[in-house]
Amino acid sequence: MQYQATVRIEQKAGMLDPEGTTAKRALGQLGYQVSSVKTAKLYEIVLEAESAEVAEQKVDEMCQKLIANPIVHNYTIELKQLN
Amino acid sequence: MKIAILQFGGTNCDLDVLHILKDVVGIDAETVWYKQENLTGFDGVVVPGGFSYGDYLRAGAIAARTPIMNSVKKLAAEGKPVLGICNGFQILTEARVLEGALTTNEYPKFRCHWTNLRVETVDTPFTSKFRKGEIIRMPIAHMEGQFYAEEKTLAELDENEQVVFRYVDENGKVTDAANPNGSLENIAGIVNPSRNIFGLMPHPERASESILGSDHGLRVFESMADYITENF
Repeated sequence: MQYQATVRIEQKAGMLDPEGTTAKRALGQLGYQVSSVKTAKLYEIVLEAESAEVAEQKVDEMCQKLIANPIVHNYTIELKQLN
Repeated sequence: MKIAILQFGGTNCDLDVLHILKDVVGIDAETVWYKQENLTGFDGVVVPGGFSYGDYLRAGAIAARTPIMNSVKKLAAEGKPVLGICNGFQILTEARVLEGALTTNEYPKFRCHWTNLRVETVDTPFTSKFRKGEIIRMPIAHMEGQFYAEEKTLAELDENEQVVFRYVDENGKVTDAANPNGSLENIAGIVNPSRNIFGLMPHPERASESILGSDHGLRVFESMADYITENF
C-alpha cells in the first residue's frame, strides 16, 4: 500500500519564532494588524507500508531520528492512502 | 599527536583550523573527508564551521547522522577531546553528544562580528590555559546560534559547570545587549558531562594570531594539545 504522510513541524511553546515575529512586523508595515504569526515546516513523505499503522509508526521514527529535533519541535503526522 | 579535522559537503573553516594547528600551535593535523569512517590513529577531532549540507532540515542535522560521527563518538568514549566550532557545535548537538539545540538567532539575521566572552570554567581540556572569569575576544559568524535547552537541562549545565563561555559586555557582565543571538543565559559554549566534548559558536581559529585582532582563541587549541600530550 502506498501512503502519503504530511508532517507538520513547529517550535515548542515558549520558544522564539523569529521568522514569525519578523513577518508579523512586516505585515504591520503593510497595514495589516494581526495578533500573531507562527511559522511551521511541512514535509510530504510518500512510502510503501503494509498498513496505515505501520506507515505512521515508520514516519514517527523518521521524525524522531531526523525530520524533527524533539528538543525544540512538536510535530503532527497526517496520513492518507494513495492507491 | 595527530588531530582530525572533519570535512563535510559545505564545511568551509577546515583549512583555517588546519593552518592554526600546524603552523601556529605546531602539531600534526589532517583534514578527513566524512566518507572515511575510520579515525584510528587520531588523538582528537575538530568539527569545523561552515554550512554542511546547506543547513537543510536544521543546521548540522544531516552531518550529525553520517557514519563518521559514530567514529567520533567512539573516539570521545576513549576520553579523547572533540571540539565543535560554529556549524561543528550545531552538528554535535544534533548528534546528541552535547545537550540543547541551536536555533535561529533572536534577530533572524546572519551576524558576523567580534564578541566578548567570559571564561566560566578552566576545568576542561580546552580551557586549561585560561583564567576563570577572564574576558576574551572571539568573532561569531552565524544565523542559527541561539542556544536553547529545557529548564532541567539548563539547571544541570549550570550545576555541573558545563557552561564554558558566556557572551558578556566589555566589563564582563552578562547583559541582553551583549547577547548576539538570544541564547539562554548568554551561553556561547558548553562541554558534555565528561568534559571532553566542547562546542562553541564563536570561532577560536579566527582569533588565534594577533594580526587577526585577537589571539585568545589560540589557547583553546593549545589547551587541547596539552591535554592530549598529558593523557595519550
